[in-house]
Amino acid sequence: MLLIPCPYCGNRPEIEFAYGGEAHVVRAADPGQVDDAGWTEFLYCRNNPRGDHAERWRHAYGCGRFFNVKRNTYTDHIEASYRIGETRP
Amino acid sequence: MANLVHMVAPARRVPPCADTGDRRYTPVNGGARFLLRLREAAIGPAAEALGIDLAVPLNRASVVNSRGAMRLSPDEWLLLWPETEAASVAPLLAARLTDRRYSLTDISHRQTGLMLNGAAVPDILNSGCALDFDLAAFPVGMVTRTNFFKAEAVLWRQDEFSFYLEVWRSFVPYVWSLLSIVGREYPE
Amino acid sequence: MTQAYRLAAGGRIDRSRTLGFSFDGKHYKGYQGDTLASALLANGVHLVGRSFKYHRPRGILSAGAEEPNALAGVGCDDAHYTPNLRATQVELYDGLKAESQNRSPSLVRDYGAVNDLLWRFFPAGFYYKTFMWPRKAWTKFFEPRIREMAGLGRSPQTPDAACYAQRFAHCDVLVIGAGPAGLAAALAAAKTGARVILCDEQAEPGGSLLAEPDAVIDGLPAADWLKAALAQLAAFPKVKVLARTIAFGYFPHNMLGLAESLTDHAGEPDDTSPRGRLWQVRAKEVVIAAGAIERPLVFPDNDRPGIMLAEAARIYAERYGVLPGRKPLVFTAHDSAYRTALALHRAGCAVAGIVDMRPAADGPYAAAARRAGLPIYLASTVSGTGGRLRVARATVVSLAGGAEQRIDCDTILMSGGFTPSVHLFSQSRGKLVFDATLDAFLPGAPAEACRVAGAGAGLQTLKEALESGAAAGAGAVGGAAVTYQVTNAPLARGGFIGVVPGHVDPTSVRAFVDYQNDVTAKDVSLALREGMRSVEHVKRFTTTGMATDQGKLSNMNALGIMSAELGKPVSAIGTTTFRMPYTPVPFGYFAGYARGELFEPERRTAIHGWAAERGAVFEDVGLWKRARYFPQGGEDMRAAVARECRAVRGGVGIFDASTLGKIEVVGPDAAEFLNRMYINAWTKLQPGRLRYGILLREDGFIIDDGVIGRVSETCFHVTTTTGGAPRVLAMMEDYLQTEFPELDVWLTSTTEQYAVIALQGPLARQVIEPLVEGADISAKAMPHMSMVECRIAGVPARLFRVSFTGELGFEINVPADYGRSVWEALMESGLAHGITPYGTETMHVLRAEKGYIIVGQETDGTVTPADVGYSGMIGKAKPDFVGKRALAREAFATQTNRKQLVGLLTADPALVLEEGAHIVADPAQPKPMTMLGHITSSYWSETLGRSIALALLRDGAARTGETLHVPLESGDARVTVVSSVFYDPEGVRLNG
Ligand SMILES: [Zn+2]
Repeated sequence: MLLIPCPYCGNRPEIEFAYGGEAHVVRAADPGQVDDAGWTEFLYCRNNPRGDHAERWRHAYGCGRFFNVKRNTYTDHIEASYRIGETRP
Repeated sequence: MANLVHMVAPARRVPPCADTGDRRYTPVNGGARFLLRLREAAIGPAAEALGIDLAVPLNRASVVNSRGAMRLSPDEWLLLWPETEAASVAPLLAARLTDRRYSLTDISHRQTGLMLNGAAVPDILNSGCALDFDLAAFPVGMVTRTNFFKAEAVLWRQDEFSFYLEVWRSFVPYVWSLLSIVGREYPE
Repeated sequence: MTQAYRLAAGGRIDRSRTLGFSFDGKHYKGYQGDTLASALLANGVHLVGRSFKYHRPRGILSAGAEEPNALAGVGCDDAHYTPNLRATQVELYDGLKAESQNRSPSLVRDYGAVNDLLWRFFPAGFYYKTFMWPRKAWTKFFEPRIREMAGLGRSPQTPDAACYAQRFAHCDVLVIGAGPAGLAAALAAAKTGARVILCDEQAEPGGSLLAEPDAVIDGLPAADWLKAALAQLAAFPKVKVLARTIAFGYFPHNMLGLAESLTDHAGEPDDTSPRGRLWQVRAKEVVIAAGAIERPLVFPDNDRPGIMLAEAARIYAERYGVLPGRKPLVFTAHDSAYRTALALHRAGCAVAGIVDMRPAADGPYAAAARRAGLPIYLASTVSGTGGRLRVARATVVSLAGGAEQRIDCDTILMSGGFTPSVHLFSQSRGKLVFDATLDAFLPGAPAEACRVAGAGAGLQTLKEALESGAAAGAGAVGGAAVTYQVTNAPLARGGFIGVVPGHVDPTSVRAFVDYQNDVTAKDVSLALREGMRSVEHVKRFTTTGMATDQGKLSNMNALGIMSAELGKPVSAIGTTTFRMPYTPVPFGYFAGYARGELFEPERRTAIHGWAAERGAVFEDVGLWKRARYFPQGGEDMRAAVARECRAVRGGVGIFDASTLGKIEVVGPDAAEFLNRMYINAWTKLQPGRLRYGILLREDGFIIDDGVIGRVSETCFHVTTTTGGAPRVLAMMEDYLQTEFPELDVWLTSTTEQYAVIALQGPLARQVIEPLVEGADISAKAMPHMSMVECRIAGVPARLFRVSFTGELGFEINVPADYGRSVWEALMESGLAHGITPYGTETMHVLRAEKGYIIVGQETDGTVTPADVGYSGMIGKAKPDFVGKRALAREAFATQTNRKQLVGLLTADPALVLEEGAHIVADPAQPKPMTMLGHITSSYWSETLGRSIALALLRDGAARTGETLHVPLESGDARVTVVSSVFYDPEGVRLNG
C-alpha cells in the first residue's frame, strides 16, 4: 500500500484514495472547436510510461480533493504531489 | 376520510446496534448534523453567524459549548449541533451570506455517532483503519474522514483514549459488529 | 516409545514437561520447547516425506524456514487442518496430530515410488514436452493422474474453523529477525526513544544465540546476554517484540506484511480467539537482520533420509538436546561443519569422518577437530551414498583420484557454506550484487528506506553481526554507534556452489539441487543443452526454485552449475526475483475479519426491519439488501409478483425506494452545473418541478439516470440509480473540482439522509392525502413531475409526484430515522384501500410494461440516448455537456446499424424469453449465427396476460413489425418487433 502525500492532509495510506488516471489531459474549453481526431485523442489516448508519470488521485476517504502526483511507475517512488491547477514540477 | 395527521407520533428510530456487552462502545443517537461548504471569503462571516470558529486548520475540530465544527476539507465543515438549536442554523447563515454562495445540507439522519473509550481503542481502530494513532501523528482534537474496514468514517480524537466515530447509517451494524469482534482481542 | 536420541542434559527444552504427539498415527513423546522435527529426531525418525516427482524417501534436512522435505499436515480435525507446514517450524504441543504428505498408502511403502524407477522418463521440461499432444489425452488422462500424484499435501475440505485478526501498525524502525544483529539494532534504536517493532519467526527470539554455548558477549555467555537484551527491550515502552511472526512481504513505501501465529503452538483450538494476526506495518526505516541459510552440497544421492545440513545438526544437538545420529559423517566445504563435528563428538557421537572438498582446512575449528582426533579427508568428496529408507554408508574418494572408500554412517551432515537471506531486500526492489569472494548475492543499493545487518549482509562473525546491527538500528534514527566485545566466536570460512567435483558422471546420477521440486543437477544441465541461457528460463524449464521454499536452498547451487557449464561468472548470469511470501501464509490471515456476514457491509434501509418481519424475500443490489417480493401464504415468486402487479395497477402499492442515490446540488450555479453534466436543459426548470435526467460519460454513452427536482432557485435534489450513487457523485466532484472550479455549487450525498417511500397506483393519493400537512396534492395543484415540501405524518418531507410504474405515483422523502414510522402510518392509512407492499421484482415488471429503461440492464456502457429513443431530451441549445462532443463525432453520425431499444412479443404468449438471449434473422443459418441483438429484460406481464421483452436490436427502430428468432436451449422462439411501450402508450394513467 502506497503512502500518498495529499497536498492538503499530508501523508496518508493509499486505501483512502481513488486513482484518477493520467493528469494534465486537458478538456477543451469549447469542445465544439476540437476536431474528431483531437477528441478521440482526448477520450482514449493516454501515456503509459515506465518511469515518471503525472497522475490524478482523489483523497476520497479524506478531504475529498483531487490532486496530482508525480510517481515513478517502476519504483513507485513519489517525487511530488501538487494541487489541481498548479504546474507540473 | 378522517384526517390521520395526528394519529401518528413519529418515532425517530436509529439503526440498531446489537448489545456487545463491551462497555467501551456507546452509540450516540440523535443530534443534528449539517455539511457546510464555503468559499474562503465566507469563512469569517459564517463563523460569526454561527458563533463558532471555522478558521481552524484542516482536519481539526472547533468546539463551543455543545456545538462542534469539524473541518474535513479546505471548504467543508461537519457541524454537530444540538437538536434544539438545529432549526436556527439555516436562517442564521441565510441572513448573513446573502449572496447564497455556500451550501448547507442537513445530514442529521445520514450518519450516526459511536463513542469509543478505553486504552485499547487506538489498537482496536487499527484493526480496520490504516492511520497512525500515535499522539504525534493524530493529536487530540484531530478529526478526519478515513475508512474503518469497508465503511467510510469520520474519526475525531477527543482524548488520548477517547474517539468519536461517525458512519453512514446503513453501515452502523457492520461497524458495530466489527468493533465487537475486534474488542474481544483487547479485553476491557 | 523412548526418546532414544535425546541427550540427558542441555538445550533449551523443558524435560519436566513431556508432550505426547502422533505422526502418521504412531505415537511419540517429546518435550516442551521441541519442534515437530526435533521431537521426531529425538525418536530416531528421519523418514518424514516422499518427494514431489519421484516419491523418493526424504528426511529432515534443516532446522528452520528453509526446510524443503519435512512438510506435514497438522490439525486435530479437517476444520483445523493446515497442510504443508514445515516440521522444523511446528512447535510441539501435547496431543499434536501430524501426517506426512505425498505418499500412498504409507511412507514406507509408497506406490508412487515407481516414479523413482522411471526417473529417466521424468526429466526437466517433461510436462511441456510429453503432454502437448493429443489434447484429449491431457485433459482426460494425464492431468487427472498428475494432479492426483503431484501437488503438496491435501486441502482441507471443511471451512476453516479458526478466526483471524488483522492490524495496521506504524513505527520508526521495524527490525526483522531477532538474532544478534536484530537485537543489537532494536536496542540501538530503542535507546533514542524511537518506536520499534522487532519481529522474529521463531517462538523464542535469539536466532543463532539460541544454539551458542561458546561465545561470550560483553563478558556474558551468549545465552545470558540474550536474556539481558530481551529484558532491556521489554523495559522500553515504545518497543514491541513479536515472536512467532514472519515478515513475509515487503511492499512499496516501507509497508511490510507480517504473519503472527497466535494459537498454533498452544494446541487446543479455541475458535473464538484468533489463530493468527496479519500485521501491515508502515515503518519509517527497516532493518533486515534475516541471517543466512546453509547450503546443501550437490553430490550423488544426496537426498537420503539421514542426510542433513551440518549447522542444523548442531542446532538439534545444542538447542534441543537431540542427536541426529550416532555415527555422523561430515561432508563440507566450510569450517563451520567442523564445529558441528566437534559438538557431536563432545555429545558422545562416533564421528565417522570429516570429508572436506578443500585441499586444506586451517581455522580454529579444524585445528580443534584435529586435536580431538577426528578422521579428516581433505581434498575429497562423497561420490555416493547407500541405504534404503535411511542413509547407511557413503563412498569417499580423493579428488586426485584413487580408490573409493566405503564409510559406514547413520547421518551425513553437509555444508556448502552460507547464503545470505536476501529475500526481503530483493522484494523491496533493492539491487543485489554478487560477491565473488563469498560466492553470494549481497544487498546493494536499497530501493526503500532499509538497511541490512548481520549474516544477511554477508558478515561472518558474531562481533560483526552485533556491530552492524547496532549501526543499522542507530543509523535509522540518528543514534550512536556501539561496539561489542566478543570472545570465543572465531571466523569460519569456506563455501562452494554447484555440483561437487568427482569421478562420476553427474548426468547419470541424481544429485539433487532443489529437493522440494525434485530438480537434479542433470536437469539443470539438460536445460542448458536445450538452449536455455537466461536464469529465468532455466528456472521455468526445470522449476528449480519455484516450490514453496522459493529456492532458499537451491538457487545458488543452480547458479553454480550454470556458471560452470556456460563458462560465465555468476555475476554475468544474475539471479531470479524473489517474491512474497517468504514462507507460505494461510489464506485466513488475508481474509481476516472479512468472512460471512462481514465479508462486505450489508446495507439495510430504515424500512428493512418492517419488510423482514413480514417475510419479504431480499436480493442484493450492490451492497444493499432490497425486498424483492412479499410472498403471502405459500406463494412462489411468480404468484407474489403477479398479485403485487395487479394491486399497483388496480389499487395502490407501497415500495421502499430508499436505496436510490441522492445528491443535494446547492449554490447559485447549480442549474448551470447540471446543464454541463446532464444532457437535459435545467435553466428553465421551475422550482417545484421535476425532470428525468440522463447522464453520459465523456464518450457519449449513458452511465446513469434519475429524476431531478428543483427544490429552490439554488437547490436541486438529484436522484441516481442505486448502484450508481458513489460513481455519479465522484464523477460530478471530478468535473467540479478540475474542469469547472469557477462554479459556485457544492455537492452533498443525501442518499442516507432520506428514507424514500413510493406509493403507486390509482388510489395513491387517497392514501397520502390524510397524512399531508402544508400542501395541496390534488391533481390540479400538484401535477405529474412536480414536488412540494410539506409534512407527512407529522414529519418534514419532500413529496415528489413521480412514477416509475406508469400509474399515478408519489415518492415521499423523509429523514431516515422517521422512515419506518411514516411507512407504518401509510400502511395504516392504506388499509382501507387494500394497500399492498411490493418489491423490486414487481417494480421491474411494471416499468418494463412502460418501456422505462434501467441503466445497466437496457444499457451496457455502449448505449447512447438515441439508441434508447431519448434524443428528444437533449438540451439542443446548450453549448456543451458531458458527452455532447463525442455524440457529434462522425463515427456515430455515419453508423447505420446501431443497436436500438425495441419491444419483443413472442409468438407463444406464455413463453418468457431468457434475458441475454440472442436475436437472429434466420435460425437455420450455419453457426456462428449473425447476431442482430439481445434480450435485455423479459418478464411475465400480469397486466397484459402474456410475456413481454425489451431488447437492443440492430437498426431496431426500422424493424417494427418484423418477425425474428431467438434460439433457445428449448428450441427456436419466434418474436415480433414492437414498440418498447407495452402499456398505456399515451400515458393517461400518469395523470390520474
Ligand atoms: Zn486530503
